[in-house]
Amino acid sequence: MQYAAGVDIGSTQTKAVLMDTARAIVARTVIPTGAHVVRAGRRALEAVVAEAGVKAEEVRCVIGTGYGRYKVEAGDAQVTEISCHARGAQFIFPGTRTVIDMGGQDTKAIRTGPDGSVLDFCMNDKCAAGTGRFLAAAADVVGLTLEEIGEVSLRGTKPIRLTSVCTVFVESDIMNYLAQRKSVEDILAGVHQAIASRTIGLVRRVGVEEEVTFTGGGARNIGMVRALEGKLATKLNVGPESHFMGALGAALFAVDRLMAAEPREAAGVEAAPIWSDGLEGR
Amino acid sequence: MPTTAPPPAPAVNDYGSVVHDLSREVMTAWMTQLQDAARSGAPSAYMMVSGNCVEILRCFDILPVFPEINALQLAIRKKALPYILKAEEIGYASDNCAYVKADIGYTLLEGVGENGLTPRPSLIVCNFVGCNVYIKWFEHCAEMLGVPLVMIDVPFVRQGEAVSTGDLHYVMAQLRGLIAACEELTGRKFDIDRLREIVGYSARAEAGWSRAKELCKSRPAPFDCYFDSINMMGPINALRGTKEAADFFDAAVAHYEVMAARGLGATDEEQFRVVFEGPPPYPYYRNFRNLFAAWKAVCVQSTYSTVGGTWEFGFRHDPARPLESIAEQMLLHNLCNRTMQERYRQIRRYVEEWEADALVIHSVKSCRLFSAGQGDMREYFTKELGVPTLMVESDLEDPRYYAEAQMKNRIDAFFESLQYKRLRGSSAEARPAFSEGVSDAVRRGR
Repeated sequence: MQYAAGVDIGSTQTKAVLMDTARAIVARTVIPTGAHVVRAGRRALEAVVAEAGVKAEEVRCVIGTGYGRYKVEAGDAQVTEISCHARGAQFIFPGTRTVIDMGGQDTKAIRTGPDGSVLDFCMNDKCAAGTGRFLAAAADVVGLTLEEIGEVSLRGTKPIRLTSVCTVFVESDIMNYLAQRKSVEDILAGVHQAIASRTIGLVRRVGVEEEVTFTGGGARNIGMVRALEGKLATKLNVGPESHFMGALGAALFAVDRLMAAEPREAAGVEAAPIWSDGLEGR
Repeated sequence: MPTTAPPPAPAVNDYGSVVHDLSREVMTAWMTQLQDAARSGAPSAYMMVSGNCVEILRCFDILPVFPEINALQLAIRKKALPYILKAEEIGYASDNCAYVKADIGYTLLEGVGENGLTPRPSLIVCNFVGCNVYIKWFEHCAEMLGVPLVMIDVPFVRQGEAVSTGDLHYVMAQLRGLIAACEELTGRKFDIDRLREIVGYSARAEAGWSRAKELCKSRPAPFDCYFDSINMMGPINALRGTKEAADFFDAAVAHYEVMAARGLGATDEEQFRVVFEGPPPYPYYRNFRNLFAAWKAVCVQSTYSTVGGTWEFGFRHDPARPLESIAEQMLLHNLCNRTMQERYRQIRRYVEEWEADALVIHSVKSCRLFSAGQGDMREYFTKELGVPTLMVESDLEDPRYYAEAQMKNRIDAFFESLQYKRLRGSSAEARPAFSEGVSDAVRRGR
């Protein structure tokens, strides 16, 4: 058997997805990126191969994505996570026309074509205001984990109004509200509302077209999902793959590339145009 | 007629090096003049690049000094930050114009005067009042250096491409005031025939600059009209009104004519033609260029290259009406003195007439004057005209605003999407569903 893999080295976590040539997901994995980016890429790939129980040499094409995409040692090519999230989202939710990706450092709004191509995109500017990092900072201040804050925020009845979404100043802002005896639930509800508002600003810039698919680590946070749904007045596509969408898109491009390189072995599988040979070595 | 023999045309691709060398020659001569003036105390005057009246200074042999050009030269040589920090030390805010801070810091650290490379000016001429920060900058310089300040109030062009007679006369009256100040400074009488001669040199350089940009309509474009254009922006902005500048453009045009005729381009395989809006990130000039070069993307037109004047649509200084044409240039042909709609029209013409695939906006963090409205501009070009548009942000002077990984991510994703549209577009028949979402510009086969 031949397999293709996508490895998404993000600022916080590294994700890997293994796919067979019929584009079925064979395995997926997530590990913390940590300080050793190259090692994270290597370990994520090893882990996904081990989980699938396949031989390493059967993985014939690897595409790297995310900020560490050039650090994927086994990477045959690199594709940005913007293209990968669009492709992955369309694969899991074929009706996708808008993608919201909330990662550790970046929040992106992507308008996609029916084939998963990127028609337009907008990202937060240089600072990390309103990204996953902001949620992590807020969780720290109230003594909860990132996994817990979403649920807790849903119990808030009077969301507080944050003065800014600056990741640096969120701490003092929340301390101030705690001193005013505001409940943790209301504070977290306010935090989620503030980030949702900022995200919606990005989405409106590319234009909201249904269906809207939510990807990245932020999609695991139910409070964030509900806050965005409330502001967009539409239901978001969210699933167990949402967190892996970048790696999944990269795996799909890796299958494309593999098929284009060896068309005879791709019997029964439509050969999609390869992404770009020019991506190598950049 | 050209007065300098054109340099030999290249047999293979030439990445602007011939014109780069010519440019360096004339610019080095100018900088040597500045350094000599710093020692000798020969008359010199501060002036701004945008819509200026440098011809009047030249008429009195007053050497023009452009603090903006000093600032960008510090940035491109990666020397700007200590000066910016010095200005912040005395209270300039972190989001204040970084050109201003670099120059103020440079002055405080004795870059100006006999110990520095820049002469202490005899006069400070603030010729662009569209930016209040710029007004305060030159006021501060005048106070720090104890030099007389001449402020020329140029009314903003409120609509279209017309200017009222009242506005024109208002600016001309102030130009006469500047002439009187120059007469007093130098003890020389104003000579209108000398001004006509200088204005004639300006017109010749403007014609050359316009022709060079016109040649970028060729495929491939003979030079990159953003990254290579600084080779020509030096002479057009710092040396306009001199015979040297006029001769430089004759030679540069001759070179690019040959390149265009032989099908030689700025890059060996031009893949994408883009239009640029906004100044470049000077502290990371080469890094930024490489991000586009990796995709074989060439800039075919740019608004930044018109910051000294928008001559490519036909305006020239006129020796028959020297003072009036100087006033017209200051009012109407100054990029920053026009409405946003005029800038839209200018960019739209660039995209259409230069047959560009996309627009790239580089927004400047420390300049809200020029950057405000660029979000709307992105929407207008993307949604209404169907021109794929990328907006990235850093700074023209302050290295602290440039984040290479984020910049590269956005640029790569943008060109990936253009590439993808092209690949899919070429097999459009096999995939009819795709064309539904494709922009008009792409559908037209650009």
